[in-house]
Amino acid sequence: MSARVPLPAWVDRILLPVLNVSLAFLIGGIVVLLVGQNPLEAVQIMLYGAFGYGDGFGYTLYYTTNFIFAGLAVSLAYHAGLFNIGAEGQGYIAGLGVILVALWLNGTHWALMMPLMLVAGALFGAFWAFIPGYLQAKRGSHVVITTILFNFIATSLMSYLISRVLKPAGVSADESARIEAVTRVPQLREFIPFFGYSPVNLTFPLAIAALFGVWFLIWRTKFGYAVRALGFNPTAAHYAGISNARLIMITMALSGGLAGLVALNEVAGVQGRLILNFMAGAGFVGIAVAFMGRAHPIGVALAALLFGALYQGGQELAFSMPAITRDMIVTIQALVILFTGAMGEMLRPPLERIFARRAPAVARPAE
Amino acid sequence: MTYVDLILVLDSTVRLATPLIFACLAGLYSERAGIVDIGLEGKLLGAAFGAAVVAAITGSAWAGLFAGVGVSLCMSAIHGFASINLRGNQIISGVALNFLAAGLATFLGQSWFGRGGNTPQLPSGARIPTITLPFANEVQDVPYIGYFYYELISGHSILSYIAFLIVPITAFVLFRTRFGLRLRAVGENPKALDTAGISVTLLRYQALAITGILVGIGGAYLSIAQSAGFTNNMSAGRGYIALAALIFAKWRPWPALATCLLFGFLDALQFRLQGVALPGIGQVPTQAIQALPYVLTIILLAGFIGRAVAPKAAGTPYVKER
Amino acid sequence: MERVNHPDAQRPQGAAASAPAIELRAINKSFGPVHANRDIDLSVQKGTVHGIVGENGAGKSTLMSILYGFYTADSGDILVNGKTVSISNSSDALSLGIGMVHQHFMLVDNFTVLENVVLGAEGSALLGRSLSKARSELQRLARDYGLEVSPDTLIEDLSVGQQQRVEILKALYRGADILILDEPTGVLTPAEADHLFRVLATLRNEGKTIILITHKLREIMAITDAVSVMRQGRMVATVPTSETSPEALAELMVGRRVLLRVDKDEARPGDVKLAVENLTVADDAGVIRVKGVSFSVRAGEIVGIAGVAGNGQSELLEAIAGMRRPVAGRVIVNGHEVTTHGEAGAAELRQKGLAHVPEDRLRMGLVTNFEAWENSILGYQDEPRYGGGLALDIGASRREFEGRIAQYDIRPANPRLKTANFSGGNQQKIVLAREMERDPDILIVGQPTRGVDIGAIEFIHNQIVKMRDAGKAILLVSVELDEIRSLSDRILVIFDGEIVGEADPASADEGELGLLMAGVHNKEAAQ
Repeated sequence: MSARVPLPAWVDRILLPVLNVSLAFLIGGIVVLLVGQNPLEAVQIMLYGAFGYGDGFGYTLYYTTNFIFAGLAVSLAYHAGLFNIGAEGQGYIAGLGVILVALWLNGTHWALMMPLMLVAGALFGAFWAFIPGYLQAKRGSHVVITTILFNFIATSLMSYLISRVLKPAGVSADESARIEAVTRVPQLREFIPFFGYSPVNLTFPLAIAALFGVWFLIWRTKFGYAVRALGFNPTAAHYAGISNARLIMITMALSGGLAGLVALNEVAGVQGRLILNFMAGAGFVGIAVAFMGRAHPIGVALAALLFGALYQGGQELAFSMPAITRDMIVTIQALVILFTGAMGEMLRPPLERIFARRAPAVARPAE
Repeated sequence: MTYVDLILVLDSTVRLATPLIFACLAGLYSERAGIVDIGLEGKLLGAAFGAAVVAAITGSAWAGLFAGVGVSLCMSAIHGFASINLRGNQIISGVALNFLAAGLATFLGQSWFGRGGNTPQLPSGARIPTITLPFANEVQDVPYIGYFYYELISGHSILSYIAFLIVPITAFVLFRTRFGLRLRAVGENPKALDTAGISVTLLRYQALAITGILVGIGGAYLSIAQSAGFTNNMSAGRGYIALAALIFAKWRPWPALATCLLFGFLDALQFRLQGVALPGIGQVPTQAIQALPYVLTIILLAGFIGRAVAPKAAGTPYVKER
Repeated sequence: MERVNHPDAQRPQGAAASAPAIELRAINKSFGPVHANRDIDLSVQKGTVHGIVGENGAGKSTLMSILYGFYTADSGDILVNGKTVSISNSSDALSLGIGMVHQHFMLVDNFTVLENVVLGAEGSALLGRSLSKARSELQRLARDYGLEVSPDTLIEDLSVGQQQRVEILKALYRGADILILDEPTGVLTPAEADHLFRVLATLRNEGKTIILITHKLREIMAITDAVSVMRQGRMVATVPTSETSPEALAELMVGRRVLLRVDKDEARPGDVKLAVENLTVADDAGVIRVKGVSFSVRAGEIVGIAGVAGNGQSELLEAIAGMRRPVAGRVIVNGHEVTTHGEAGAAELRQKGLAHVPEDRLRMGLVTNFEAWENSILGYQDEPRYGGGLALDIGASRREFEGRIAQYDIRPANPRLKTANFSGGNQQKIVLAREMERDPDILIVGQPTRGVDIGAIEFIHNQIVKMRDAGKAILLVSVELDEIRSLSDRILVIFDGEIVGEADPASADEGELGLLMAGVHNKEAAQ
């Protein structure tokens, strides 16, 4: 019944998500305990590894960059009521766009190339998301299922292209030719020595800009208004003269474009070439980031940083405590999705009871 | 392709289709009851891991099978709690469970066995046995028919035969029993059932339990029947293929069997065609065949070959209040 | 008009002497801060038809849901046939012989009639036997009560009236002695309603007890033996039907004299503003719901479309408002032929001066998750006054809405409150304010007072008349005949997608309109 006493805004927006995330970590900690390791020690090592020194922090920000883009991609689609599980495949295909432009104009200065590679990556990612968007809008095929299927198709397609088409003669590994140093997106360490040898690059400030951009788009533009109307109530959006089909296709394309920027970071910023499965699950982390961040750019930023720290800290941890592998991070990620997404409402009733008791005046019916 | 080649491809089709059939029918029970389950992949993986671990420790395949089913049932219970009791988003819950299985299996495997997440190689006694049907060895030299019987009909894991048996059982349960009637009703209009005095919650949990058991057997098949131990990510997308097959079969048992066999056949073909040039086509990239089930499903979903209409209430939590 | 010949009450003798079929004592039920039922006492005699009337939100449905085990009461006792019982779910109710026909049918669309009837009462684990047993039982029930329906037809292929029969059959098949019907005639044509009442009379004469929930006083007067009135969660009266009148019941329901007539002057119609020519419209499933309809609305008049729900009104409104592409025909708005209906047609029509208050505001007219001010620009979000280019001018939008809050007395006066947290009446005011304040030339209004409290109804009716007096062309669609009659300057009657007659509200009598709404044309009726 809707007549329950609503939670105070700060409880709803801050306390509840924080409790949910804490629960995920608590259970993660118990798993670590179960295999006979000390979770507090693990946290300490991870925190140092992620934030304690320049290289580590740089790596954290490098991961964070990917997760911001992927998280924004999932969030944007989510505001339109679309669950885009395909950021992984969209980013992967975007890698093709980035490498094609990079190799085509290989040797050109990055200042010229970065915008070109960005556009190419975004366009390829957008294209890969547009098809499921089109199928949803025009043929009624559910975007959840089609984006999953498109991830697999992307894997097959890219694996074929990389191993059969892009692989230069005489190279044994399945990878494309290399992008020349002058063309690659420059590393932040070239400007800020603090970052040591970490791969955080100019894509990171771009990710920060994307956070602002998406915030503005959703809450300060007429397009965003239409997207939210569509997400909350498609019938009302139709009534309001909004073309739902068009909006679904545009939103999916934008979402895929954002996912595509992961490829800019990975291919043009870090690897300098196209390798198999460079996404390494970043698209899926985006799902966790979006839910934990409640599809709001501030939340996405914090969640992406948390996961960036987990991924980087997890690497360090694997050295110091070999029993705790990187897979523990995937577990934490799963728990975060579970507790902030699927079970996000679990703690609401008890919290409502607590706060209803504390504010009895609000609870009394207006006679 | 010779006759022997054909039989060999069909033989591996049966082997590759077995886990798909389990997972696909598992999904059928869940989705017919109105709970979308994209966590089939994770359940396959979790069950495969659980089965391999227990089989390795106890040396008993049956204990392993039991453990695999247990793991899968637990995951079903979490999915049920999230989507039935908490009315959470079923897709998100499924996604989370897939990652949970992927993360935990490798993590626990590494800390228990230290082999990069794999479990120790199982001795043959700790694997589900295969069955040689009567007279299979005697008739194998009879041209065509004998070989067909020996290679294709006989000699599969017990679980493969069970998989094929579950199809008519499912068809019977779904369309000829009280439970099946209620199951179909709860996936179409749960309120109709609730007002008839039947518990929607209980029925959906029952469906999820069947889902858990079936996909659990499928997972155990992967690690302790088809292979001799668990390897990282050994489900390799089969849960999603099964989901695609379920859609392709329009949530019906016999077409589900046919689709799983088709997808299994494509899988088998892919191994066969590696490096083989087909007349007129040339060499078919294996990736193209890998992608074929997904492409076919998308074509179906797009409505170019018939229409796949899901159970009406699938994906929507049941809210009693008006 | 007496639609049902009230059969001489052949109630079992001494019914009053035995224990009542249902007795409720001091029932209370709250949902959070909303006290839906307060100290309800009710006694329903065996073998009678007992009506329960009350406005929307008076607590009727909650009370019946408690009786049927959908909710449990916070306090109070339920007695069935004199014995105190506890009903915690529907199966408890069913085993006590209580059956319910819900307002929205609880049927599985792609099941057959037979499958729906046995669902939940199959008897054996295998279907074969239960189905054949049910088949013969169904034939017996159909014979005894005049409830013929083919057992192997799919529900989705049945008419609404037939689906309701299946619901009644479901209850009877489960051996219900006490039958609760929740607003059963809302979706029926008068002919179907007549048939239903005959069935109910038969059931009563067979000794069944019937509780009829409705807000239509005419039905109460026609069929019930006793009537209870609910108001704001309380049971305010229970009287024998023969000793009361519709006026007395209306007063009990509302608590004061109802203004049944809206004060308005003679209309001064001007030019044609909205013309509909041979309009044919299909629903989502492709079924033709509006069949070649033509009419026009002039400036300064209210044209009301009367009809039973589901006779094509929704599709007609959506087609005129540009939300649904017609199969054939033309809509001429302000002299412009509108041909580009479809995806974003609603936006184009707004620009041409047409405003639309939709039938179902929660489903269509509002985004309930939006803050109130956000809904106050819904449909007009692209206008330059809410920001140039891509940007949305939040400040301008909020300021404008704050002005309307005062003017339309929207409570609470908080533009940033989530729309879902406003009452039905205030939500409707948000919609009306939005659509009326654009100064449109044409206003089309669907079910303007559905689910709206009585105070707001008057306000809304007066606003509509004010628009008319300001020279606007108004098309009003409502299933409430009283509303149509008191507001309209001309009445068109729609039946099965066709305009079957036109009437002058001043001279038309209810019987005549009722026959038209039932699809019986004037000439035939005269015979």
